[in-house]
Amino acid sequence: MANGRPALRRGRLIVVEGIDGSGKSTQIKLLHKWLQARGHQVVFTEWNSSDLVRQATKRGKKKNLLTPTTFSLLHATDFADRLTYRIIPYLKSGITVLADRYIYTAFARDSARGVDPRWARDLYSFAVKPDAAFYFRVPIDVAVDRILGSRAKIKFYEAGMDLGLSPDPVESFRMFQGRVIEEYDRITEEFGFRVIDGTRSIDSQQQQVRSIVARLYNETGLAEAS
Amino acid sequence: MIPGKEGARFFGHGLPYADVRDLKGTLITLEGTDGVGRTTQVALLKEWLEVQGYGVIETGWTRSELMSETIGAAKAGHNLNQLTFSLLYATDFADRLEKIILPALRSGFVVLADRYVFTAFARSVVRGADPVWIRSVFGFALVPDLTLYLKTDADTLVRRVLGSRGIDYWESGMDMHLGTDLFESFRKYQWRLIRQYNRMAREFGFVTVDATLGVDEIQARIRRRVQALLDDRRMQVLSTSLDTIRPLLFEAEEDEAAAPVSAPRSADEAPARVASGPSQD
Repeated sequence: MANGRPALRRGRLIVVEGIDGSGKSTQIKLLHKWLQARGHQVVFTEWNSSDLVRQATKRGKKKNLLTPTTFSLLHATDFADRLTYRIIPYLKSGITVLADRYIYTAFARDSARGVDPRWARDLYSFAVKPDAAFYFRVPIDVAVDRILGSRAKIKFYEAGMDLGLSPDPVESFRMFQGRVIEEYDRITEEFGFRVIDGTRSIDSQQQQVRSIVARLYNETGLAEAS
Repeated sequence: MIPGKEGARFFGHGLPYADVRDLKGTLITLEGTDGVGRTTQVALLKEWLEVQGYGVIETGWTRSELMSETIGAAKAGHNLNQLTFSLLYATDFADRLEKIILPALRSGFVVLADRYVFTAFARSVVRGADPVWIRSVFGFALVPDLTLYLKTDADTLVRRVLGSRGIDYWESGMDMHLGTDLFESFRKYQWRLIRQYNRMAREFGFVTVDATLGVDEIQARIRRRVQALLDDRRMQVLSTSLDTIRPLLFEAEEDEAAAPVSAPRSADEAPARVASGPSQD
């Protein structure tokens, strides 16, 4: 982080956002494959995946110790650690970084949990601005159906059970993630999200993503199928 | 922080989802750099307050249920940078604020905090954090009723620490690579921290206590300040509850305000009240 201008062309930072069950992880995996196939060097980093706060987060979640503020700060610490070790050095050396969830996840979730949105913005003011932020937008019912169809159980914090919205996990999930969607929608313009309709077929979403990403590399004629 | 009047005061945007309207207790923080004798003074103060009948809850830096192990492991691994260092502290602090400090204040305890957000400000800023950023990160923190600052200078501190328990890696700021000599690094690092504390003493209205005095003398000075604060708060609570029948007591209240006992006390206490905000005056 010391010296200013990198010697190489800075790598691209591409992030995907959306609620659980929006299909963003599937899309970023397909994008990863495609970029690699085209000869780009790519690294992938995922929300809440650093070793630094893994234990604390796990304990906090398991014992339901987390408040909206500590939930937020643990994720900010995780992000700061990954930004330092997993994102900035790669961007500086010209490598593309793909991030499954970025600071907008924090903005949307933390606001939905009731923390002050201005505080969250200030908290993450050290973050690097992505070259493209894709927001996979799905109606809450579609997300619920996808998750119930694939998983045995909805997780406590994912369902916002800590907020006491409803004793029923599915109903709580619906209410909480509904709020998260509202927050994403609210900040879409502010942060210039590329909104992708997550109800369309997987391959047509991917074509849309690829044609936008291709432009980031100043390449043309890559969106073969569309 | 007048109970029932304006609610709690925060450094920034506060905790919008938390109920902070009726904090009956008193929040007193002790600040100062490593090895200055804070913990000893907190223990003595707690004992004295309890003998007087006050309920006291003590809380210390990095001692949260959520984060203490993680911070210990991270420090042992020496793999922190300025950002993660600051954010781990903030997480620990938030956990203690919401799980210990606020519940205790709601129940009317005196909360003694061994270090407060000022420790984070000092340590983060000497490591290169933006002072505006670190203050905004801790924007959810409650402004204390009184901050006692144990002030010393780096040379006195070095002798004191060497004479008692010895110097450690983090207290020497070895992560900042100020030099390979532990002693020199400790001196430089502590000098920088003390400079930050001295600046904040003005910014936040600390009550400064000379930490080079003997333990008993320091404690005597601390007790005088704390006594004045608690007396003052008792008067505030009283006057708040009298608000409802104020019209009936109009004359009596004027007499009370002019009474010789309370007037010099509040003048003497002026620096302590800076931290609680001018709106109380």
